Formats: sequence, C-alpha cells, structure tokens
Amino acid sequence: MEEKPVLSRRHVLKALTVGVPGAAWAVRARGAPQDAHREAAASTERTLRFFNTREAQAMDAIAARLIPADDLGPGAKEAGATYFLDGQLAGAWGAGDQLYRQGPFQPGTPEQGYQLSFTPAEMIRRGLAALDEAARKRDGKPFAELDAERQDAWLRAMQAGEADFSPLPSAIFFQALLEGVIEGFFSDPMYGGNRDMAGWKLVGFPGAYASFSNDIERHGVAWAGQPVSIAMARPHDAHRKEDHG
Amino acid sequence: MAEQLPPVDVAIIGGGWTGSIIGKELAAAGQRVVILERGEPRWPSPDFQGPNVHDELKYTRRHALHQNAATETYTFRNNTRQTALPMRRWQFAYPGTHLGGAGNHWSGAYYRFHPTDFNLRSHYTERYGAGIFDDDLTCQDWPVSYDELEPYFDRFDYLIGASGQAGNLKGEQQEGGNPFEPWRSRPYPNPPMKVPYAPALFGEAARSLGYHPYVQPSALATRPYVNSEGLHMSACVYCGFCSNFGCEHFAKASPQVCILPVAMKMDNFEIRTGAHVLRVELSPDKKRATGVTYVDAAGNERFQPADTVVLCAFSINNVRLLLLSGIGKPYDPETDTGVVGRNYTHQTTSGVNLFFDESVNINPFMGAGAVAVTMDDFCADNFDHGPHGFVGGGYLQIQVVSGAPIGYHPTPKGTPAWGPEWKRAVRRYYNHSASITITGSAQPTRGGYLSLDPTYQDAWGQPLLRITYDLPDNDIRMSAFLTAKGDEIGKAMKGVVRTEPGPRKRPFSATAYQSTHLTGGAAMGDDPSTSVVNRYGQVWDVPNVFVTGASLFPQNSCFNPTGTVGATAYWIVDKIKADYLRSPGPLVST
Repeated sequence: MEEKPVLSRRHVLKALTVGVPGAAWAVRARGAPQDAHREAAASTERTLRFFNTREAQAMDAIAARLIPADDLGPGAKEAGATYFLDGQLAGAWGAGDQLYRQGPFQPGTPEQGYQLSFTPAEMIRRGLAALDEAARKRDGKPFAELDAERQDAWLRAMQAGEADFSPLPSAIFFQALLEGVIEGFFSDPMYGGNRDMAGWKLVGFPGAYASFSNDIERHGVAWAGQPVSIAMARPHDAHRKEDHG
Repeated sequence: MAEQLPPVDVAIIGGGWTGSIIGKELAAAGQRVVILERGEPRWPSPDFQGPNVHDELKYTRRHALHQNAATETYTFRNNTRQTALPMRRWQFAYPGTHLGGAGNHWSGAYYRFHPTDFNLRSHYTERYGAGIFDDDLTCQDWPVSYDELEPYFDRFDYLIGASGQAGNLKGEQQEGGNPFEPWRSRPYPNPPMKVPYAPALFGEAARSLGYHPYVQPSALATRPYVNSEGLHMSACVYCGFCSNFGCEHFAKASPQVCILPVAMKMDNFEIRTGAHVLRVELSPDKKRATGVTYVDAAGNERFQPADTVVLCAFSINNVRLLLLSGIGKPYDPETDTGVVGRNYTHQTTSGVNLFFDESVNINPFMGAGAVAVTMDDFCADNFDHGPHGFVGGGYLQIQVVSGAPIGYHPTPKGTPAWGPEWKRAVRRYYNHSASITITGSAQPTRGGYLSLDPTYQDAWGQPLLRITYDLPDNDIRMSAFLTAKGDEIGKAMKGVVRTEPGPRKRPFSATAYQSTHLTGGAAMGDDPSTSVVNRYGQVWDVPNVFVTGASLFPQNSCFNPTGTVGATAYWIVDKIKADYLRSPGPLVST
C-alpha cells in the first residue's frame, strides 16, 4: 500500500477552506463553471438524483450543524453527507425496500418501534419542506440561510419533538436525519459520503483493511496506518487483463 | 392450482446449518433430498470477497444477509392486553436469509449448553426447592441429557473446526481451560484465538477478583484445517468483519464452507433456491404430511410431494410454519393449553460500558465476531443461587466484534447526540472504550408465546408470526445481579476511568438489538401436553415431520445456541438414519 504522510492540522484546515464546495448546489444550478481541478469528479459527483437544490442546501446546512467542521477536521457537509443521502434516498432503500409497509398503521408503544407509513425518501422530503416552511414563518428565512444559533435551536426543537411538522413527528424526522448524516460520515466513500475518509480519519478506523493478524496482540499500541476504502483497494478475486500481458 | 412436482424422499425447508447437516446425512444414506431455500445462493467466493464485503452500510445497516422485513417480519406486543404491531424494520434481532441462513452472518461464538441447562427444572428443584421458581415460569427439563448429546457436540466441533482450550477432558480438569466447562470427549480441533487488548484487560481484572476467565471458544478456524467432511478452512485474520458479514477467508464456519460442497456432489441431493415455502400439506386425517407447497422464484406455486418433511428454517420461522400448516395444537395462554408457540424466549443480555484513559489504546477494529475473554463463574448453576432467588445465570466477557463506526462510536452518558461536543467525544473515546457483554439465560413464562397475527400478513398473504413477550421478574433479578458483577470487574480494569452499567429493565423493547437468539415455540419434550416434538425432534401429532434448531429449546441457556443447534441436528438425523428410515412411524410411543 502506498505510504502517505499524515496530514497536519494546518493541511486539514486548508482543505476545509478551499477544497470542498460548500454551496456548490446553487453554483451548479446557475450553470457556473466548476472548479477546474475538480471538474471531472465533480461533474458526476455533484449531480443530484433525489434532492432539489433547495433541499440539498437545507441538507448541507443540517449536516454542517450535526457534525460540524472544526479543528478536528471536516464535518459531515464537507464529507459529502448530502450527496450520500441523495444516493440512498434515490435508491431502493429510500423507497422502503427494507420497510414493512402494510397497514393498518396505528400508533403503538415505544417498545413497538416505528409505525409510520413514510418511506425514508418520503419522510426526508416532507420533513425538509416542513422545516423550511416553519423557519420562514418564524424567522423569515429558509433554514439554510439562518445563522448557526437559530439552526441549532430548530434542530433541538425537532430532536425534542417540539417542532410541529404534522403529520410527521419532528423527533422521528430528526432521528432519521441524524442516522443518515452519521451513515454519510462513516460509510465507505464509494457511497458518496465520508469524502477523503474524513470520518474514518477522525476516529482512526482503518476502513476495509484486510487483516490484523500481526497487530492484534500488540496490546495498547495505536495503529498508525492509513485507512483503505473499498474503491481504493484491489479486489482479491479480480485480475485486470493487462496484468497478464 | 399448484403444479405438482416429482416426489422426493425428504423435503427440507431451509438451507442453514440444520438443513445442510440433515440434508447431507440423509443423502449419504441414499435418500433423495431437496432443500428448499427461500433466499439466493451465496458463496464465500465470489460473493463475500474483499474488499467489497467489508461494507458496514450494506451488510449491517441495509441488512444484505437478513430476512427482508418488507416481505416478512414479526408483530410484537409486550402482553395480551396490547395490540401487536409489525416490526417495520429490523432492530431487535437479525434473522438470516439466503443460502447458509444465519449460519452465514453469525459471529461464531461457540458454546455448548451446560448439563444443568438440560435438566433445569429438576436440578434447581432438587438443590434449592421448588420455591426457587416464580409461579409464572414455565421452564421444563429437556428430554435428553448433556451426556447423551456429547458425542454430537463433538461431531459438530470437528465439522466447524472449533477453536479453544479444553477445560474438562472426560472429567479431567485441563490447565488453561475453563474450569466450569462441561466434560468433552476430545480437545477442540484448533487452538484458541488470539486475544486483543480489551479482553486481556478484562481477564486480568477478573482473575484478580478470584474469577476464572478463559478464551472464548469460537467457530473461526485459528489455523489451516481440514474438517470432518474433508473440506478446507483457513486461519482467521482478525479483520473485524464477522457479525452480519459473510467470511471471505473460509475461516468462519458456515454451511457453505463446512458441508454443502460435499453434499452437492451427490446426485440425490438438490438445493432449490428462491423457494419460499408456504406450508406443509397434510393428509385429510392430519396425521401425515404429504409434502410442501412453495412459491418459486418466478412466483409460481409448486407442490413438492415428500415422504418426510424436516423444518430447518430460522428458529421461530419453524414455529410459524407449524402454525400455518395446522400441525400441533396452538398454545393458548388463557387456558395454558396447547403447545405450538409455547415457551418462547429471547436472550436476557445486558452490559457495562467502559471508558478508558487516553493512554490506553484499544484498537476496537482488530477483532473477530468470536474473539473474547469470558468467565463462567455466574453461568448455569456454577454458583449458589440460594441467596439470590433466581434461576439461570450468564457469562461475562469482553469481545471485540467490530469497530465499524456507523454502529460503533461510543460516548459517555450525558454527551449530546450531535454537534461539536459529540464530535469531540466520538474522537476522544473511539479508541479508548470497550464494553463488558453479559449474556444471560432467558426463562419462559405463561404470557410469553408465539402465535399467528390476526391482522398483518406477509408478501404472500399469510399471517405474520406474532411475538408476545416481556422479561420475567426472574430475569430482571438475574440481570441486576450479573450487571453489578460486571461493573465490579470493569472498575478493577486497568485504565478504566468510567463505567456505565446497564441492567435490563422492563418492558422488553423490540427497538434495540439484543441478539438473534430467538428460541422455543416448538419445545422438545417427553410429554405431548407440554411439547411439540419428542426427543428426536419428531412431531408428536404428525410423525413424518421433524423440527430442528433453537425452536426446540424449552428455555434459553446463557450460552449461544449454535453449538446446541448443531449437536441436536446430528442427534436427530442419526436417529432418523438408524431407525426411522427402516420403519417410518413414531420413534417414541405416547
């Protein structure tokens, strides 16, 4: 595996300020040219399949508050949580392929778990619209344009179930957002989040690393390797033809 | 109208551990066998190869190897006064699907039940008096003893390449093994697993307190191994992707690695995947099964005639098949009569979260599903229950199953669930945390049972299985006792700065994962009024139907079920081969 120097904190901060398009949704929507050195990747990566521009901006703003960028490294927005969720919600999981959806739907006890008819895609779409509408009504602006303090206040109100997004319980919507953003921060980068393995580097998780046979009994010694993503690693059973002349 | 297929001798429902064992054994005995597996064929190569298999999102969060809740789930309620509602997504357990079943995505923690698990009611009554059992408990003795099953445990050990250090060879205590281990006729075929840091620290602390820690036995091979079927396994490399994953290394035992390649060489053995069984069909007098009706991968209904039918689906799915087929009398908790669905239990687990000083690097990703240091001092009847007033017990351990961070990013209580403080705490504690796992036995009660749901249906229009369950007071007392012991050990561990014990509380919740050890509902017994099958897994009422797996357990031990599931499968098929094939009929008279 290629050895890479560990990024200094200064490098991380620099990457945060210049490397990752924050408001790229709006830029793209206006048809402005992409940052040249990112163009090839960005042209596919930043094309949205599920969210509209406004939803993506709200999602970016939510991700930036749930897991913020700070001196420890990039946050969920920079790591591409919005793009991750866009892919998930556009796909089978978003459509509820793992969710039992037969009625009758009725409220149960907390021990009986989720009992709403919303698929993940339906819930996130409805919830983001309700959040923006509520923010406009109360604060005069959509969620993404509020200052961080107001954004946090809305998120706390949702977390506590105090925001009224009926018929969608705001606490359940908040939990879905939080789970989705955490997934987008920590899942393999091949799903569009965890860009540059930012989530894994934060905690020191090695990713799709193959073996710890030689390390597991070196007790207390922090592992110092670089993480590996599925996209970066060579499949064990695949051989490129050119390798065999 | 279902299309009728050419008859077979034996139709087996489910291609997991028990179906593969029984299918292979009966095919080798000359029977024409078909296994009906609802899932897809999946093999270590190419399906589980790296790096792609190391995908937490796909396998853990999106349930790639779990039963799809969208098409078939369970309904749940805590008691009969409530209306059961469907578990719309998996949280409390991960029933498997696809070839290999839960035997694919299991962790490989590998135990035998303790001798007193098999004579629980009579043993405790003899030692402590009948009063030790709360009135609501319906625990009962198994119809077989540990000694009878020992040769079959042994056989399963050598099939799966079990790793461990024997503690008790034919009654002789062995240095370095578990002193509470039930006697075994042979050593483990492979040496114990390597020990990561957190389990080592647990072992040190437990030993300093006078307990008897040992390296947990596992179904992960620790060196190259040729098993009892002549199939090759490789050494585990501690990649940390066992639980919920297929094993890329041929190290974790599974039906695909340990049996099926041999079975599939026989012309009289067939696996039919994409075959979703609707029910076992009975003769008009209901005393004989005529075969199995299933829906094939294209949605066509088929009738597979068979002389013998063996239920080898996931534990409680066997109970559902019995109920859907009208086999055996359904249990009624109001009158306490009937048997099918009776004595359902889960596993009464709890834990103690530990947070370490930053100087202690745990490396939680260096592990395997079954790598652990465990102690049995409070298992089974290894300690005096007299002063404590409960039945059963549990093992305490630290195991290092997975550091995959979507699921594993522990923070101390009081940490916000998001924002800068959360992020700081996740970074602070990720490499400096562990948890003591406490796996407790589960006692059945009169109110805890399985039945068909009156409202909710699966994708084929059949009633879902309804689970009615809450934790008995007995188990709450047990969990309080065991969790306090765990907390004492945690506090004695080097580098621990904070412990958070979490004993179990009522009500039981279906919203938190607590193990896939769902047991009972088709109890094995000597008395047809309190059991579904006899001591050979043969249905009392329909003697050409056999049931296998954890659905046979009259109550759940603290020990993980797969060892006992494998042993009972060999025990059952041996009897079928020895006596039943020659003279089909009841193997035990009533």
